[in-house]
Amino acid sequence: MIADIPVTSVRSLDEAYAVLARRAAGLRVLAGGTDLMVQIQARVGLERIGHILDIWKVSELRHVTLDGGTLRVGALATYTDLLRSEAVRAALPALAQVAREVGAWAIQNRGTLGGNVCNASPAGDTLPILIAAGATFVVGGPRGERRIAAEEFFVAYRKTALAADELLLRAELPALAPGERLVYRKVGTRRAQSISRASLAVRARVEAGAFRGVRIAAGCVAPVPLRCRATEAALEGGGPGAAAFAAARAALDGEIRPIDDLRATAAYRRRVAGNVLEQLLAAF
Amino acid sequence: MRRAEDMPQGWVGSSPVRLDGLDKVLGRARYLDDLTFPGQLWGRTVRSTVAHARIVRLERDPAFDWSGLTFVTAADIPGENVVQLIESDQPCLARDVVRHCHEPLALIAGPDRERLEEALAHVLVEYEPLPAVFDPLASTQIFKHYAYEREAGRIDEAFVRAARVVEGRYRVGHQEQLYIEPNAVCAVPRPDGGLSLHGSMQCPFYVHRALQRLLGLDDDRLAVIQTVTGGGFGGKEDYPSMIAGHAALLARKSGRPVKIVYGRAEDIAATTKRHPAVVDHRTAVAADGTLLGGEIRIVLDGGAYCTLSPVVLSRGAIHAPGAYRWPCCRVDARAVATNTPPNGAFRGFGAPQTLFAIEMHIEKIARELGLDPVEVRRRNALREGDVTATGQRLRESVSALAALDAVAARAGPLERPPRGARKRRGRGFSLVWHGAGFTGSGEVKLKARAGVELTPNGCRVLAASTEIGQGTVTVFSQMVADALGVPLDAVEVAVPDTSRVPDSGPTVASRTCMVVGGTLAGAARALERRLSAFAAESFGGDPSRVACRGGVFREGARVLAPYSVVAGRHLAEHGPLRIVEQYSHPPGIVWDDDEFRGDAYPVYAWAATAVDVEVDLDSYETRILRAVTASDVGKAIHPVLCAGQIEGGTVQALGWALLEELRHRDGRVLNDRLQTYLIPTALDAPPIETILIENGYRHGPYGAKGVGELPMDGPAPAVAAAILDATGALVPELPITPDRLMAALGKDPA
Ligand SMILES: Cc1cc2nc3c(=O)[nH]c(=O)nc-3n(C[C@H](O)[C@H](O)[C@H](O)COP(=O)(O)OP(=O)(O)OC[C@H]3O[C@@H](n4cnc5c(N)ncnc54)[C@H](O)[C@@H]3O)c2cc1C
Repeated sequence: MIADIPVTSVRSLDEAYAVLARRAAGLRVLAGGTDLMVQIQARVGLERIGHILDIWKVSELRHVTLDGGTLRVGALATYTDLLRSEAVRAALPALAQVAREVGAWAIQNRGTLGGNVCNASPAGDTLPILIAAGATFVVGGPRGERRIAAEEFFVAYRKTALAADELLLRAELPALAPGERLVYRKVGTRRAQSISRASLAVRARVEAGAFRGVRIAAGCVAPVPLRCRATEAALEGGGPGAAAFAAARAALDGEIRPIDDLRATAAYRRRVAGNVLEQLLAAF
Repeated sequence: MRRAEDMPQGWVGSSPVRLDGLDKVLGRARYLDDLTFPGQLWGRTVRSTVAHARIVRLERDPAFDWSGLTFVTAADIPGENVVQLIESDQPCLARDVVRHCHEPLALIAGPDRERLEEALAHVLVEYEPLPAVFDPLASTQIFKHYAYEREAGRIDEAFVRAARVVEGRYRVGHQEQLYIEPNAVCAVPRPDGGLSLHGSMQCPFYVHRALQRLLGLDDDRLAVIQTVTGGGFGGKEDYPSMIAGHAALLARKSGRPVKIVYGRAEDIAATTKRHPAVVDHRTAVAADGTLLGGEIRIVLDGGAYCTLSPVVLSRGAIHAPGAYRWPCCRVDARAVATNTPPNGAFRGFGAPQTLFAIEMHIEKIARELGLDPVEVRRRNALREGDVTATGQRLRESVSALAALDAVAARAGPLERPPRGARKRRGRGFSLVWHGAGFTGSGEVKLKARAGVELTPNGCRVLAASTEIGQGTVTVFSQMVADALGVPLDAVEVAVPDTSRVPDSGPTVASRTCMVVGGTLAGAARALERRLSAFAAESFGGDPSRVACRGGVFREGARVLAPYSVVAGRHLAEHGPLRIVEQYSHPPGIVWDDDEFRGDAYPVYAWAATAVDVEVDLDSYETRILRAVTASDVGKAIHPVLCAGQIEGGTVQALGWALLEELRHRDGRVLNDRLQTYLIPTALDAPPIETILIENGYRHGPYGAKGVGELPMDGPAPAVAAAILDATGALVPELPITPDRLMAALGKDPA
């Protein structure tokens, strides 16, 4: 029964690690709870939850700082934290913009970046941006810390590279350099409280008429948030223009694997991903 | 000048703060789930997981601990295993065969909700599958068939004479009412063997009669009491009879009060929806857009049981020709069975489906003839003196043109982005009518009764009509206060309790204000006359010159006595005074059920809508920028509530236009949560401009017709027309999801 699931609330990483060291099996981490509570209410995977570790009050995970060229976002930073942060606005404004488009106020106040990442939904709105931005995730547990590139973190449908006794601690993102841009678009189902049907993020700069440092990631078009390497390669070093965009679109079409579900058909996702790619590229 | 009705005190037509508003806003209103009943158990429902099958086994898992739990199957039903409505085909608990997924099979009650949840998984059911039908066009079981014609002999000729014959097929899907409060009831057994049933509902007497038949109880031992109800939209018209039956069976068997409160998922999956429809039009038109004649075929998907399908169908069939003149036409309408949960009442009741079809067809006609669709509407709109397709001469209160002109004038010019832009703008119009009150002879058969009861300071309204968020209590109080000549707060409205109030009929069909309100105003006037005569007699005066106004009886300008003195003395001398009147249908309104001919409704409400949209050609999303409506409601008793009905109904209709669609796989509901069944949020709702037209109806109280359903009719076709205007794509199916629009657009439009 739900009421029988034990919950441990911790206030520091040390306390959290102590719990993780003791009993990692069947343990579920609770951050803002905006994904987890919905799953519990719907009894999704309920039998696999033996124990809940509530980390919401671990304040050392709730920072957003810009240090040199690196933006560090603690796992417990909420969407409200992101959209209010000067550091985010300076280093990677798209992250503030996406935060404004998640859910609505209540969700923005409670939902965390770490929760979005660890929930690992292909529709998680920050994920294409984190991948395109070139984020590194710092994870840690009683056995120590390690670093994982964002695009390697999502290993299969809703599966992450986290071990049972590890927490996501923060994301580290290289700030935009002069001349560089990160653009993205979420295509949702309605104007608020909207889960994405397709989303795309592009990071690049145009230097001497050629695309450089192109990184592209897409959401809702594969079992995982997808880094689109073929699309990147189609653009890298070439100039913007209709022919280049068409080639990039063809490359994208070849590497995404959308499915039909309640929110959209595969055909729709494929078409819209291509349209949005062209739309975003036209902005460079 | 004597009668109070001739001296309105001004409650009618003003907008006092709604009487139930403060309690609801402050969280003081107690909904069913807020009430506690001593010793109460919780009830849950075991439901079928297949769409059509024979039940070969239904029993409790012997390995599970059933102690303290009450288990009920069809075998426990003391009366008839039927949910009382039009036909007797729907069982309260399935016996041998299940006809849809989520159909109730058995019931469990117990004190602990978590344990009940587990017990549900330990009811063992085995099925022998039977073939299931999900496509209404493939169904061979017909619940109801109506066919009617106007000047049928001229139809063939019309098609010969036509400049063009325009054909189209239009479809709409299942829509969920999505009231905020899910279905909820509590059945309380009484020492006399009787039962009190408290619940969230629209129609207490429907539930009353259903329980009588199920339990074999007489009137004396049964009371059905409406609790504060968090919305209905038709969804609590017939379904409460089912859930009330379930709670009652569990309460009788356990001897304890039993509460059943559906969660959202159960409510969405198991309760009734708007009927999906397929409507075919074939129309003969002149080159100038004049309708010469046509054929309309309607198929409504009724789901697994008949429920209200015949009456939904008749309203749909009568509204199918739209607000237009047809020199000749033929309408063929069927409601058929499929193996999905039964569809039932939903705001609009069949009319939104067929009105969507005719409005889109008008768009198509205009396109094919190269005419302005507003002009085509204007040319064909019904005017006073015209005859409808059922042969009804419209004698009064016809406002199709007035509504259309008002909306066109208010809408003004639409700013459009430059050619080639990825976001296109468009504007669409619609014109609709909506019959007020029951269809045909419904009111004549029902003989609704309602009344007032004298209280020391005013009176108490006695009616079974329910406040479900639409403002009934306030509007009744306004009409009665004006008729009686007392302040608004001198009128109270009795809680609808079938052991205490007369049967004023169900709270449906936009009939509450016009039919019940009119009856109440009549009863209040009779009370005022009675008291005036008594005041004249007691305090000296000419009875023909005495009247109550502002809570004081006067003869002309001379004060006789305050209301409370007259009422107090009357109560002391004559005891309780109750005046109950029966609704009388206006003279000369005649409907022939067998021929499906005549005055289908005593009067119609009219509305025109303009919607502006922006369509994104990259994502195929439609954003609604603005909606303008003009609605002729006869008389807005409470203009703010009236506009509120129109705004709320408009948003509900916009949701149906773009977002809302229940999806099934093998008859099982797939999107049974708010995460997957999407309705508009505040950000999706556009600015709505509401123009009220008051073209009074002679027989309506203070001229009122009806407004509740009207706003559900027009916005969806206006959205589709606006998308057509923006993109050139006519999407003949609701909702117009981005997927559907993408498919309809083919390649990008020029
Ligand atoms: C109404 C509503 C609207 C929503 N709208 C959107 C939307 O527009 N876009 C969108 O992307 N999402 C949306 N969501 C989903 C959700 O809000 C986000 O994914 C949010 O970021 C989750 O964060 P959380 O802190 O609430 O996660 P939780 O629910 O607390 O956790 C989510 C998962 O991550 C794990 N987890 C959390 N933190 C850590 C950590 N530090 N280390 C290890 N594991 C961890 C948990 O164990 C759990 O499995 C919506 C949800 C709701 C209910």
